[in-house]
Amino acid sequence: MTEDMTARAGVDKDTLLALYRVMVRIRTFEETAHKEFLKGAMPGFLHLYSGEEAIATGVMSVLQPDDYLSTHHRGHGHLIAKGCDTKKMFAELFGKVDGYCRGKGGSMHIADSSHHILGANGIVGACVHIATGAAFACKYLKNGRIAVAFLGDASTNRGTFHEALNLAAIWDLPVVYVVENNLYGVANCQRDYMKIENIADRAASYGFPGVVVDGNDVVAVRLAAKEAVDRARSGGGPTLLECKTWRHWGHFIGDAATYRDPAEHEAWLKRDPLILCSRLLLEKGWATQADLDQIQAEADAEMQEALEFAKNSPYPNLDELYADVYVD
Amino acid sequence: MSMKTMNYAEAIADALKIEMRRDPTVYIAGEDVGKFGGSFGVTGYGVFAEFPDRVLDTPISETAIIGHAVGAAAAGLRPAVEILFMDFLPIAMDELCNQAAKFHYLFGGQFKCPLVVRTAVGAGMGTAAHHSQSLEAYLCHTAGLITIAPATPYDAKGLLISAIRDDNPVVFLEHKMLYAMKGEVPEGEYTIPIGKADIKREGTDVTLVCWSGMVRQCLAAAERLEKEGVSAEVLDLRTLIPLDKEALLNSVGKTHRLVIVHEACLTGGFGGEIAAIVADEGFDLLDAPIKRVAGPDTPVPFSPVLEAAFIVNADRIVAAVRELVA
Repeated sequence: MTEDMTARAGVDKDTLLALYRVMVRIRTFEETAHKEFLKGAMPGFLHLYSGEEAIATGVMSVLQPDDYLSTHHRGHGHLIAKGCDTKKMFAELFGKVDGYCRGKGGSMHIADSSHHILGANGIVGACVHIATGAAFACKYLKNGRIAVAFLGDASTNRGTFHEALNLAAIWDLPVVYVVENNLYGVANCQRDYMKIENIADRAASYGFPGVVVDGNDVVAVRLAAKEAVDRARSGGGPTLLECKTWRHWGHFIGDAATYRDPAEHEAWLKRDPLILCSRLLLEKGWATQADLDQIQAEADAEMQEALEFAKNSPYPNLDELYADVYVD
Repeated sequence: MSMKTMNYAEAIADALKIEMRRDPTVYIAGEDVGKFGGSFGVTGYGVFAEFPDRVLDTPISETAIIGHAVGAAAAGLRPAVEILFMDFLPIAMDELCNQAAKFHYLFGGQFKCPLVVRTAVGAGMGTAAHHSQSLEAYLCHTAGLITIAPATPYDAKGLLISAIRDDNPVVFLEHKMLYAMKGEVPEGEYTIPIGKADIKREGTDVTLVCWSGMVRQCLAAAERLEKEGVSAEVLDLRTLIPLDKEALLNSVGKTHRLVIVHEACLTGGFGGEIAAIVADEGFDLLDAPIKRVAGPDTPVPFSPVLEAAFIVNADRIVAAVRELVA
């Protein structure tokens, strides 16, 4: 990471500290959820974003508050980075009525209309169409907004990916497709399910730019995302932004990820996005270890408070089963 | 309101134009809906001509047609998209049944997904197994979707206007053998409520429940039955979900006999659901077993003689009624 890149990415001391704070909050949310899940307190599946925080944080740092977002089952990080309330997120994870979806979505399906988040989604790749449609609405309504989809590497093998990106290309839609390439689709390694190394290469077949970036470097992600977002907002059409990364855990909690090479895992952990960012902060003299500890302590306190809120929230009334099937 | 003779396709086009004039967020997307005018000519009845920027050709990408519409609807538009043949709808089943149908419920009511999917159904054109099916039962099994299947130009126009104004995802089934059917249609704006059946012919001896292309067959059967001294009531459901249970039970309460007629295959067809409801909630109203007259459990065949044997006709309906009133 060079001085030049931080400057080009518009990253000064306050910005980098803010980015770091978001990443720490995401990591702490995930670790807190992990512990609760292992206690058996949380129903359903839990897919943790730990290790991929720089992507959500970097991309979201260059969006406007009213830009649209559609994401996937590993979506907690995107929600926090876009500004969601961790109290309502934890409540949703526990299936409580104070959750974002009144307890009807759970971890994989949190949406927040107040932040224009069109939901995390349980169907791999579904977010690609939804963001494309939201981008179409932005262009149709000429409201200056854009849409961003976060998707996994394996979802780019679905036909829906092709159909959506082609449509976005021919209609010049203001959309950014952010591929979080953590190299595994559940237990299958990328090299076993596609011949190419860079998923960004697929953009060439749709006629718009594909960019590869170090997804663990929040400054690099922010810089690449800014170019893509600027392109979308100025009428330049879509971008496929591939962020190379690594998930700390298995596909879901309960998956020990025995299919990954331990040496590769260790090597990636050394490039953890929080480690890279904290090192930069310290090297630049923009923070002391005590400052970083303080950020962690604040995140710990926030998550404990959020957890308490969720635990104290009631379960939905059983009438909720039949509520909102249709709009009246 | 002054009346005009229109065919079913024209009546649908009229509804689209009225809503596009009224609401700038309504747009159309689909395969060849633009300059070409739609493969069944619907948007060619002046819709594209009046709204060239809002009638959008798409690539042959069914998942993108419905999938993008979900995001667009959630972000403030009212898409009225077209899937050329209903046989292609299962290609986009995730977008329709997992996304559109669940968008309101899954996210705790935070978003609405007001979109209409128009699609052509039914056999009779010699288009064989991939362009002839009636797959409404797939839709009726998914909570969150509304399924409409009009049988006349008048119903098509009024129901499509209601569908576009509705805040839920609606699948609007257009029977391809009805596109040329002519009827009297009010020229201006009117709505027909979603979820209301219509008695197309009053009768006292037997209720023929039907929708879409089968309404015509039931009316023809009722004519013949009258000559035999049997008074058949033809109840056109018009909307399958939400189902007008009240109209169904009222009619059976009057006639005490029920024949359910649909073009779709028998097994797992929506007729089974109707039969179950009447058996459950209207058993005491019945003087005879419930009969279903439906397509055979086969794909739709190509050869004209085989296709004709596939499609339920008035002969089969009359025969079923004779068994009940004998």
